[in-house]
Amino acid sequence: MTTDSTQTISRIAEIIINELKLEDVTPETFDADLDLVDEVGIDSMDLATIALVLRDEYGIRIDEDDYPKLTTVRIIAEYISSKLADDK
Amino acid sequence: MKTVSSLLDDHWYERYKKISKLNIRSSIYDVTDRCNLRCKGCFFFSSGEHERASEEKDVAKWHAFVEKEMDRGVNLAILIGGEPTLCMDRIEAFYKRLPTFCATNGLIKVPRDRFPDMMVGLSLWGDAEDEITLRGQDTFKITSANYEGDPHAYYLYTITPKQLGKTEKIIKKIEGVGLKVHMQLLSNDEGVDGFSWQPEELIEIRAEMDTMLDSYPGTVVSSKYYHEIITTGKMLGRKFGWLECPSVTEPRDNRDPRPKRLTNFIRWASDLKTVHRCCTSETRDCSTCKDGAAHMSWVMVNKRAHIKTAKDLQNWIEVYEMFAKLYQFIPW
Repeated sequence: MTTDSTQTISRIAEIIINELKLEDVTPETFDADLDLVDEVGIDSMDLATIALVLRDEYGIRIDEDDYPKLTTVRIIAEYISSKLADDK
Repeated sequence: MKTVSSLLDDHWYERYKKISKLNIRSSIYDVTDRCNLRCKGCFFFSSGEHERASEEKDVAKWHAFVEKEMDRGVNLAILIGGEPTLCMDRIEAFYKRLPTFCATNGLIKVPRDRFPDMMVGLSLWGDAEDEITLRGQDTFKITSANYEGDPHAYYLYTITPKQLGKTEKIIKKIEGVGLKVHMQLLSNDEGVDGFSWQPEELIEIRAEMDTMLDSYPGTVVSSKYYHEIITTGKMLGRKFGWLECPSVTEPRDNRDPRPKRLTNFIRWASDLKTVHRCCTSETRDCSTCKDGAAHMSWVMVNKRAHIKTAKDLQNWIEVYEMFAKLYQFIPW
């Protein structure tokens, strides 16, 4: 895992924690492979909110059709990396 | 951090996973401004909504409209009226494309060769006496003959204060014709004397609804948490009302602050251009609104607020399951 991807994962976890007001967890302790729907309980409205923050943070657009694929913080980080690479 | 699996045992966790990814996004459509009944307390006529728009009569425009609604993310069409079954071609424009629910008085039978698995909700306002008082006739005789044993139909039993102590008789009648029933409460939009809920009556009917669910679990599609919320107007210490309701039409939502958890809901008039304020009428007082679907939606959009205790989350699951069953996203 690269430093960049570790930082991205940590930042995404931080955004999710802040947006969802999650308690008793930090970006460092957030399990990047935890299923966001089945375990954290987020829904499409939460994802829409998170997508807006990620758009502003990384300058990428997350299609609503892609929401069902974005099931963990690690997958979201890979998705962002892929989008950024496509834009280069 | 509290996770879903840390709060639930295996049984409840499996139930949760069956609904967690459904993401139901409904909108409501007035199919027509006409009806073959004129019920006292029907918000559509009492609030003058039937005069707000002129019906779009070109069926091709209905088909194009539904396509646009799907592009907007709608995955459940709830058809109301007037009486939708007066316009089968318009119903078909929805049914051909997406999960469709038709709320009807049931006097005209939906042809099952044309709509084999469309979910049909049959309105029922009580026993024969109440039905005659409020609707001019006892519809049950006709509707039960039209839909007896139909696996894709159920009764939407609107309970009035006059029904206290009598609901079991109705539930038994419905069970007898092989149909299921979902209970909701009359909002009495026209202020018919004796049909407005008093606080002590709401306490009594909640207990009665609970008893019906316990006694007829194969017939009654409901949940005790829903009974609590519809009778108290409260969820997790929050009060239902204008500032909380998720069933406000998005383009007309001028609330400040606007609730964060919304699903782009719209209630369309039958001209396919005009939009109504919300899923019921503009003349209704939101603080006393008893609309069942609005209260269910209120629970459903607040999932994370229920991820606090096992009981809270189980309550949320039961309400979501109930909604998903009523609109056929999961089996009975």
